[in-house]
Amino acid sequence: MELTLWTYEGPPHVGAMRIAASMEGLHYVLHAPQGDTYADLLFTMIERRDRRPPVTYTTFQARDLGGDTAELVKRSIQQAVDRFKPEALLVGESCTAELIQDQPGALAGGMNLGVPVVNLELPAYSKKENWGAAETLYQLCRTLLREQLPAPGTPRPSPDRWRAEGRRPRVNLLGPSLLGFRCRDDIKEIRGLLGEHGIDVNVVAPMGARPADLVRLPEADANICLYPEVAGPLCSWLERQFGTPVVRTVPIGVGATRRFLAELSAVLDLEAPEANEADLRSRMPWYSRSVDSTYLTGKRVFIFADATHAIAAARIAADELGFTVVGLGTYSRELAREVRATAKELGLEALITDDYLAVEKAMGEAAPELVLGTQMERHSAKRLGIPCAVISAPLHVQDVPARYAPQMGWEGANVIFDSWVHPLMMGLEEHLIGMFRHDFEFVEGHRSHLAEGAPPRQAAAPEPALAAVAGSATAAASATLAPPTVTEGTAVWSADGEAALRKIPFFVRGKVKTNTETFARDHGVASITEEVLYDAKAHYSK
Amino acid sequence: MGSSALRPVKESVDAARFPHSLPPDGLTRKGPTPVPMASTPTLPPLLRESGQREVFCGLTSIVWLHRRMPDAFFLVVGSRTCAHLVQSAAGVMIFAEPRFGTAILGERDLAGLADANEELDRVVNDLLERRPEIRTLFLVGSCPSEVIKLDLAKAAERINTRMRGRVRVVNYSGSGIETTFTQGEDGALSALVPLLPSSDEKQLLLVGTLADGVEDRFLTLFERLGVGPVRSLPPRQSTALPAVGPGTKLLLAQPFLSDTVRALERRGATRLASPYPLGVEGSRAWMAAAAAAFGVDPNLVAEVLDPLVERGRRALAPLRRQLEGKRLFLMPDSQLEIPLARFLSRECGMELVEVGTPYLDRPLMAEELALLPQGTQLSEGQDLERQLERVRAARPDLVVCGLGIANPLEAEGIATKWSIELVFSPIHGIDQAADLAELFARPLHRRQLLKWN
Ligand code: SF4
Repeated sequence: MELTLWTYEGPPHVGAMRIAASMEGLHYVLHAPQGDTYADLLFTMIERRDRRPPVTYTTFQARDLGGDTAELVKRSIQQAVDRFKPEALLVGESCTAELIQDQPGALAGGMNLGVPVVNLELPAYSKKENWGAAETLYQLCRTLLREQLPAPGTPRPSPDRWRAEGRRPRVNLLGPSLLGFRCRDDIKEIRGLLGEHGIDVNVVAPMGARPADLVRLPEADANICLYPEVAGPLCSWLERQFGTPVVRTVPIGVGATRRFLAELSAVLDLEAPEANEADLRSRMPWYSRSVDSTYLTGKRVFIFADATHAIAAARIAADELGFTVVGLGTYSRELAREVRATAKELGLEALITDDYLAVEKAMGEAAPELVLGTQMERHSAKRLGIPCAVISAPLHVQDVPARYAPQMGWEGANVIFDSWVHPLMMGLEEHLIGMFRHDFEFVEGHRSHLAEGAPPRQAAAPEPALAAVAGSATAAASATLAPPTVTEGTAVWSADGEAALRKIPFFVRGKVKTNTETFARDHGVASITEEVLYDAKAHYSK
Repeated sequence: MGSSALRPVKESVDAARFPHSLPPDGLTRKGPTPVPMASTPTLPPLLRESGQREVFCGLTSIVWLHRRMPDAFFLVVGSRTCAHLVQSAAGVMIFAEPRFGTAILGERDLAGLADANEELDRVVNDLLERRPEIRTLFLVGSCPSEVIKLDLAKAAERINTRMRGRVRVVNYSGSGIETTFTQGEDGALSALVPLLPSSDEKQLLLVGTLADGVEDRFLTLFERLGVGPVRSLPPRQSTALPAVGPGTKLLLAQPFLSDTVRALERRGATRLASPYPLGVEGSRAWMAAAAAAFGVDPNLVAEVLDPLVERGRRALAPLRRQLEGKRLFLMPDSQLEIPLARFLSRECGMELVEVGTPYLDRPLMAEELALLPQGTQLSEGQDLERQLERVRAARPDLVVCGLGIANPLEAEGIATKWSIELVFSPIHGIDQAADLAELFARPLHRRQLLKWN
């Protein structure tokens, strides 16, 4: 038993939902109680999906438990198949159904449904969302490719068979899924990048694929493992079974995109890309070299994300922006080894945890100037008053922007430059504002647009609910009118004091006046003479 | 399994126990449309559905309960799913020191209950050590804890003995196999009932969470009416529990508190029959019901409330113009559907296509049902796909539904209002009636504003 106040990953069946909802023509029957239908909102609200995830829940109740829940499962499966006519069916259970052991997958297997059925066994009490997504994608492909498995001893296809077949090389893009970070735009970016290098995309999966597309996976000359959290096991299996080579470099950042292209060219027996391609295609290298970026040098940055984005961010921060990485960690236990290795290269010990308070503590101790993290680190950083950019799932609706904002490839590098440097500049402005805190222009409330970098005003941020409270526009407000502010013992300006005040340039006069009055009040001075004004000036310049 | 199992409908069993006993000065006096209160309109047969339900489980109510009682902690004993549900429902409410969490069961806990109990004690110990400010700990059961029959009542007893009064531990179930969405509050409050001190004092007890500001407003008005003392369950401090006894008159602020009401009645309290305090009409009747029970002169009631009613109606008028004649479909979710339907049809002129409710507690809804227009189609339970077919066929102007369905319906060209906002917003009372109507007018208004050519 483990006390959890907030979790980076959902249960494994939510990972299976991500696969189902990312694809077309696939349906998922989930044996689960009604509360588990909450997971629909992850897709319809955070991703703003225009349709419900293709999931039928059995929503069994306590009173069903005495009776025949297996019958309920079978009825739900039959109804889902009749209504949605899927090309393939996933059948599984959530945590509670796992305990009552109806084995819905086996039930479905005995039903003669006329569609391929994948029996998902996702242990809810030991595994989590990303594992569930990876396992589902793997099991689905395994089921659909069963008949194509080459006989043992079949020679591996030659990676340059495309030449012999008189066509362009083609690859699969594996791993992009809903609720992953910027997958929608990464696909477009990588598709374009590959096109420029004369490489076709065979299948993108799971995002946008149909079961029939998965059947074509072995036709690719290579698999690109874009998101190892989701596609790692599938890529390894395809490599073992079909001999399809895997490109494992994740092209996030300028250097990684170059290494990605180099690895891809080697695998496909293509000419190596031009050395200056990065400079021609991305603005990031020049932006980072330009004098304005000098102030980025040595900025202390703390990174916590899924393994893919954490590793990529650490490399970019260190190699491409000249930051100092002061903390690196991940919640992806499956890929902890890789993150540990990257951390070691940077002279750090990786933080592997799913306790956000441990992350916040480490963040505080590292005293970074910039935090790169998930939406949770955004909250922690806000509490600590540190600028932050979100670089990884889990997402908030604001992390799914309307604009094209990939992370991968050349444009992804541009986007990363902007989105990491922007909060730092906001932080800088915030600092300047701090210096002029007493200026009348900078009273509370004028600063709200800088909320990202603003110091915390309260521990909690219950935004929607409080907004609703604040929004009660009508009569209730009339009941509680605040009394006018009473200023006790306001000092009076003497003639020479006023004369001195008039000599002060108008653009700071207001500030000096307020400061002097505050000073007078604090020091019990009744009349503000010229001397008092200079006393105040000396006081505030300390 | 637990006393709050999704209850089968008790068809009018209790109707006789709760005669419509609105005071003579109730709604008829200056109500929007005078209606004979005691006549039940003819409603078509209830549509009972059983199929896929798209409703949160009772754990969800932790999201507002923990804000109501800042000295309490809600510890769900469940799975990663439960933790994920609560945080997804809470949205951006992320706290440095949150007052809710989940003790996630692991494989070892499932292997042996003895270990699970030990583990739970360890987790609770650690938690209480780290959070000495906690005064009440709610152990909240979930589907997994119910299915493995982890006895949280025994656990609460054990910990209570050990803590010797430093913290009070109570338990209830918010599991999805037994409770829907708002029923979790019913569970939490009924778990508190045995702890309430006894008192014969005549008092008014408001039952159900209200936004603090709204509650303050009601307290002011009750004071003007000379009704008092007035106490609340849940209280704002978990330790400041109200007393209960034969002198206690219950006034329900929320319609989803069946078990709590019955438990309080067993302690001698009597429920004041009234519609719920939503809208001008319902809120006036609600306060008037309390006034009548406290023997307040109807003239004073009119003097205090009627100016508010006038003002409330003036504020409603422009919203009524936007909502009038618009066709409304309420999907079953928060259990507020019937009072909302009553308000939106009678005070805002909306036409009711279908009013869904997760379950129908007829005694607690009697006064509301009596106010529904003739012919209102009620449905209980859910068969999601079939209900969506009815929505598509009816093409209503507005659908009230859960977060999972809202955007998909919008994408089909149907305007929606998410129901979860209703349990987080201050919507109760005469002064809030216009705000409440505005929540429904806004999606329609927005559609008028947006132009793409
Ligand atoms: S329905 Fe049951 S398992 Fe699901 S979140 Fe609610 S209590 Fe947990």
